[in-house]
Amino acid sequence: MRFSTLLKKPAEWMRTPGPESDIVMTSRVRLARNLVGHPFPGWARKEDRHLVMEAVRPVLEELVEMKDSFSEEMTKLTAIEKQVLVERHLISREHAAKGPGCGTVMNRKQTISVMINEEDHLRMQAIRPGLQLLSAYRALDQIDTQLEGELPYAFDHQYGYLTACPTNLGTGMRASAMLHLPGLVLSEQISQTIAGANKIGLAVRGLYGEGTEALANLFQISNQNTLGAKEEEIIAHLDRVIAQLIANEKNARMKILEDRPTMMQDQIGRAYAVLKFAHIISSKEALNHLSMIRLGCDLGFIPEEERETITVLLTEIQPAHLQISAKRKLSPEERDILRADIIRSSLNGLTPPDFSTILTERDNDDE
Amino acid sequence: MNCDLCQTEKATIFFSQMVEGTLQKVNLCKCCADDKGVTDPTGFALADMLEGMGQQTSLDHPMNKDDLVCGSCGFSQTDFKKTGRFGCADCYHVFDEGLDGLLEAMHKHTQHVGKVPATFPDLPALPEADLHDLPPEPTRPNKLSELKEALSKSVEDEDYEEAARLRDAISQLETQHSES
Repeated sequence: MRFSTLLKKPAEWMRTPGPESDIVMTSRVRLARNLVGHPFPGWARKEDRHLVMEAVRPVLEELVEMKDSFSEEMTKLTAIEKQVLVERHLISREHAAKGPGCGTVMNRKQTISVMINEEDHLRMQAIRPGLQLLSAYRALDQIDTQLEGELPYAFDHQYGYLTACPTNLGTGMRASAMLHLPGLVLSEQISQTIAGANKIGLAVRGLYGEGTEALANLFQISNQNTLGAKEEEIIAHLDRVIAQLIANEKNARMKILEDRPTMMQDQIGRAYAVLKFAHIISSKEALNHLSMIRLGCDLGFIPEEERETITVLLTEIQPAHLQISAKRKLSPEERDILRADIIRSSLNGLTPPDFSTILTERDNDDE
Repeated sequence: MNCDLCQTEKATIFFSQMVEGTLQKVNLCKCCADDKGVTDPTGFALADMLEGMGQQTSLDHPMNKDDLVCGSCGFSQTDFKKTGRFGCADCYHVFDEGLDGLLEAMHKHTQHVGKVPATFPDLPALPEADLHDLPPEPTRPNKLSELKEALSKSVEDEDYEEAARLRDAISQLETQHSES
């Protein structure tokens, strides 16, 4: 499959709703695996990396799940194409910077992607809409089981799957969910939520992983410990914490609606106005306003049909996606203009948010 | 010291850069440096140059005789301290001393209980696999005293980074101990 074909359609997770998808955008699970007899990619010479690539890539392409896959060496992709894959969460930022002997294989639906020679020889990922960590793991587990028959994995009975970094030992599994938490942000409970998650061995990160800013009120929560627990136990623990976070977020939203309904209307109304009429808009500003429109959908102020448009826009307005759609390199100023154009045309049919439910309650209060 | 590129002129420019987590060094004469654009830091990637030189100047390999080195891949203990990553699967056995303390600090456990590849030979009939199910009390004082010993040694050696890590591992163990 060609890169252009891959790009034509948004990823499957953007178009199909999943469980709890008002708050949980996606569930992702990744497994790290290495082959015996080859140095890990960070320490390997170019020739070693090529050997691993030659051993791994044909096996991946043969998988039924990867039929009609997109498979390429990193050196064959342009900087913008690599960035597009990062923006779609199909490869990591670190992998985008990789050179000779590194590659990537993903299926057409963009639900399974494999990085070859990232930090480990194999980093495989499954992505699902909404809260479906276990289902994502099962899909990946199946592929992993097929691969282990063909590829000699580095495994040890004490340490489990051997990984370049000891933080990934054992299961080699990182499960993460992308949560939309505007309620906790607006009610200023987010820092304590993050601190609480950290205390119980979970990491909370921004939109693009380690060290990135939390944009659009999106937070990734993931397990930190990979050794000493079964894959299903790690996921069950995450699921319990996420269920609690969902409840907290819903409470926070209800509380804001009760205590400060005007503030909530202002945030959503302002986001609508800016997105609908701006002609120059930065990525950050757009993402944060889109988050408010999404919240408007959740609360019934904005028609539910708009949700998919908003989800797709979150990705489509990012720098590399803009440049692919313009078919040329754009300066940051040009991007801000094109971004505003795309948003305006996507939201063309969007009617103003309807706050009548809140207004009625307030009128009642006045009586 | 002569220039790594032309091997004839005297090297006057010494360049270090982290490449994929390891420190790479190149020594160049003024002429080669200008030629390779080293003097323009934005346009110069040491990695590209090393690639062309067959990595012969990768000076990061241990000079220190005491440094433990993996026989399979040439990775050293010093490399691990620098990067926090290992060189290959065999490194886990070469550098396993003190590894459990590190893993306990990271994961709270040191025994894998998750998926095992079907192709993997079964565990030899030792009771080891059940160890994590048993109350780990008997092993704890040992572990703790080992860690404490390592801590005082690292303080003696003035390796404060290692000492801080051990201190954290010890306090974690002690908390677990007092909780159970």
